[in-house]
Amino acid sequence: MAEEVAEKDNVEEKEPLFSKKNRKLLTDPLDDDNPITVQVLGICSALAITVQVQQAIIMALSVVFVMIGGNLIISLMRNIIPNRIRIIVQLVVIASLVILVDQILKAFVYDISKALSVFVGLIITNCIIMGRLEAFALGNKPWPSILDAVGNAAGYGWILIAVAVVREFFGSGAISFPGVGQLQIIPQGFYEFGYMNNNMMILPPMALVTVGIIIWIQRSKNTKLIED
Amino acid sequence: MAINKDSNVFTFGFAIAMVVVVGTVLAVAAMGLKDRQKANVQQEKMKNILSTIGAMKADGDRSKAKGLFDKHVVEQKVFNAEGEIMEDAPEAFKIDVRKEYKSLPQSKRHYPLYVCEKDGETYYVIPMVGTGLWGPIWGYIALEGDMETIYGTSFDHKGETPGLGAEISQSSFQEQFEGKTIFNQEGKFVSVGVLKSGAEGNKHAVDGITGGTITSKGVDEMIDRTIGTYVPYFKTKKA
Repeated sequence: MAEEVAEKDNVEEKEPLFSKKNRKLLTDPLDDDNPITVQVLGICSALAITVQVQQAIIMALSVVFVMIGGNLIISLMRNIIPNRIRIIVQLVVIASLVILVDQILKAFVYDISKALSVFVGLIITNCIIMGRLEAFALGNKPWPSILDAVGNAAGYGWILIAVAVVREFFGSGAISFPGVGQLQIIPQGFYEFGYMNNNMMILPPMALVTVGIIIWIQRSKNTKLIED
Repeated sequence: MAINKDSNVFTFGFAIAMVVVVGTVLAVAAMGLKDRQKANVQQEKMKNILSTIGAMKADGDRSKAKGLFDKHVVEQKVFNAEGEIMEDAPEAFKIDVRKEYKSLPQSKRHYPLYVCEKDGETYYVIPMVGTGLWGPIWGYIALEGDMETIYGTSFDHKGETPGLGAEISQSSFQEQFEGKTIFNQEGKFVSVGVLKSGAEGNKHAVDGITGGTITSKGVDEMIDRTIGTYVPYFKTKKA
């Protein structure tokens, strides 16, 4: 009898890697619990680097890396981190990861590092990362923490890229990709007829408006988010 | 023995251990990658110099830069602020003009000049540094053998607004300079201005960038100030 119970416990502990609960960690931040549009975190970087799609993509990838690294390390250390200095510990982990990323980019992919320039440093100030470390990794096992990191970074990334597509299309009439450069979308003929790029789109205020429109669309589609 | 996680001793111990570990990891990474990073920066510099004389494309393979640089750059000179050749100066390529621009007054800076040769023609490449809207801007300008016609330019920046000031690093802006002259008909130095509009047909000016006025002005000032320093040398060479 006792053996059976022990075995049952064992089975429960070994839940499948992508159990329903774990899948939710991945998919929730994409829509229902999106870090930018629902939690309204990480707005500053969403405004700063969404002028061109290529920057948004590279930023999104860097955030994925730092987020996974940060969540994993904090989750592994969660039982020994002294409570009183936990925020400092989180900050040190994030900052070291960002510096490490910056150094590696400079050494191996210098062109990308040049394109990112100051934005790598901006990752440190991204409140989403610290928010997830504090709210999730500190209290959960490494595997769910990784999934949570991937989910939140992806949720952040797709909004970033969506905003960048809108801003670059209307602001420059083009879409750019890392390694490819800017591809003109609006044909030259339009400009000859008097079409003009909307320079307002390139300036930060329009990023806020674009994020606002995305939130509006999301709230009207997703019934869970409608408040009384 | 159970450890009291909230004791002062543990907190201090944890903090110290963390700092040591993180410090070591970052120091090792920085030391280990330093040579590669330095090589990248040097190759980039060579590529920028070579791109102004058309010996290398701006998006060309960086690893070929060293060989081409040795082939095309035949002489490196260093001038002082009065435009006199400095005999005891360090090698021109090793001078970091951006660093000197930030930390030294104009009269104390070094002014390197790269004498290049391509297909039998001589070119003079001058490094420049200036200030844009958000941070430093820099670039290279290549003059033809007559020391007054611009052959090519290359500009870059640290953090100008993409789509606006950042356009100075695009070829559409840089190509405007080709064929412009820095001396007027009386042989007086007039530089090449970056105007708001109406530069068409003007041999001493190019059109600035819409929405990038301050960056355009920075480029204007940078060219005027930097080339101005070399003018005495060009004049003695031409006379």
